[in-house]
Amino acid sequence: MPETEPHQAAIAVRDLNSHYADRQVLFDINLTVQRREIVAVMGHSGSGKTTLFRHLLGLKPPTSGQVELLGRDLTEVTRPELFELRKKIGVAFQNGALFSSLSVRQNVELPLREHTKLDENTIRIMTRMKLEFMRLAEFEKFMPAQLSGGMLKRAGLARAVIMDPQLLFFDEPSAGLDPVTSAELDRLILKLRDAMNMTIIIITHELHSAFSVADRIMVLDRGRQLMVGTREEVRASTDRRIVNMLDRKPADDDFNPDDYFNRLTSTVPKT
Amino acid sequence: MKAVARAMSFGWLADFLERLGRSGVFLAEGLWRLATPPYRLHPIARQIQFIGARSLLVIVVAGTFVGMVVALQFYDTLVRFGSVGLLGAAVGLSLLRELGPVLTALVVIGRAGSAICAEISIMRNEQQIDSLECMAVDPLRYLIAPRFAAALISVPLLTCIFITVGIWGGYLVGVILFGVSPGSYLGGMYDAVNRGDLVMGGAKALVFAVLFIWIAACKGYYLHLDPAGAAGSEGVSRVTTEAVVLSSIAVLCSDYLVSAIIL
Repeated sequence: MPETEPHQAAIAVRDLNSHYADRQVLFDINLTVQRREIVAVMGHSGSGKTTLFRHLLGLKPPTSGQVELLGRDLTEVTRPELFELRKKIGVAFQNGALFSSLSVRQNVELPLREHTKLDENTIRIMTRMKLEFMRLAEFEKFMPAQLSGGMLKRAGLARAVIMDPQLLFFDEPSAGLDPVTSAELDRLILKLRDAMNMTIIIITHELHSAFSVADRIMVLDRGRQLMVGTREEVRASTDRRIVNMLDRKPADDDFNPDDYFNRLTSTVPKT
Repeated sequence: MKAVARAMSFGWLADFLERLGRSGVFLAEGLWRLATPPYRLHPIARQIQFIGARSLLVIVVAGTFVGMVVALQFYDTLVRFGSVGLLGAAVGLSLLRELGPVLTALVVIGRAGSAICAEISIMRNEQQIDSLECMAVDPLRYLIAPRFAAALISVPLLTCIFITVGIWGGYLVGVILFGVSPGSYLGGMYDAVNRGDLVMGGAKALVFAVLFIWIAACKGYYLHLDPAGAAGSEGVSRVTTEAVVLSSIAVLCSDYLVSAIIL
């Protein structure tokens, strides 16, 4: 498999369309991500972020269009080639997706045991390094059920980067976390990019997290790509849907919670 | 064929064919990964411990009481015809040919099949199977093949244990309780049982092992493609129930088929 050329985009999505049964969920998505870039994919719930995530990972074939990772078109690779490609990417799922029957250390070292012939000591040292990087070293013997939400995400992140991948995908790093833990994860993401030269894609609906770490932001709305731009470009957008999102207003402009509440309470008979 | 069924407005038939095809491919791929290297002994041993060792107590208890009740029933019938000498043969043959394999399979389905289906469907639900894919670890080799291997080893062994303790349960009732002579009980059994009976019992145990693990694992693995649509705890509960019901029916139906083929 050819290595990625330095000038080559790490990820290229071209005219991606996607369906679930008869329902189209993504419409003509285009995205190019350069090496060492951090791109956040943002949007309301149901905007198609997770579906795009699945396409980028090759977990769902597109209805039409192309998804290229590290120069390889996912629609053309064979299953063994896809597996080879996946050894160069890391994925941190929303809730960590750790195996409940394995300890934190066993979860993190799993890819090393599966894909390398490293001796036991080397595996232990590499796992320990990653756990220390994520500030989880003292929890290595814990089972996933004993960890907090933030720890689960960090353990999932440690497993995702154990093979030093070129590409890292992180699904909802801040979801369900308090602001302090969320900010800590954001710092970790930036450290990972700087220390390991990773290209990082973050799927998120947290404005603060996206604007803290991303070089560029892609905004999705109901399966359509509203824009891809730098933080400043997104902030300067005059698109009503993007402005609403930045102002944390509902996607539907006509909906006014105050009016709705007034109408609702006015129908209740006074006692 | 699926497209033809859909074009003819037989949506249910198209869905059935799709599920059948998917399940068939799952079985073939699971067995293929079991047969091809790399072989991993540790996960297989863990599954043997789960499916086999942890079922041991319930198999011993069930086998003992089944043997006792079979001996009781046969004694009650045979004594009317003055043929209590056939008690050992009747108990041995019924346990070896039918009751041993079938009841062992049903007990294992209830104890391990439901747990395996629930475990795999929860792994699907919590994206653990997706995470394996993304780590370039083949989920079928990592999760399914060891379970196939463990079922193929454990179920025949558990069947042997069930039959053995069943025979001793029958001995307890026939010889100790009703006074049938031990020589008559064991000798009659020895004369009546032939190699064909052993083959039938063994073949059934292997077929039931494949069926139960196939249905339980496949139901859990494809939770996200379930036509009822709901995943989550409701989906896990539904596919687990379906797996137990379907496996039990499959065991009973295939019992007749294997008997008909061998006899």
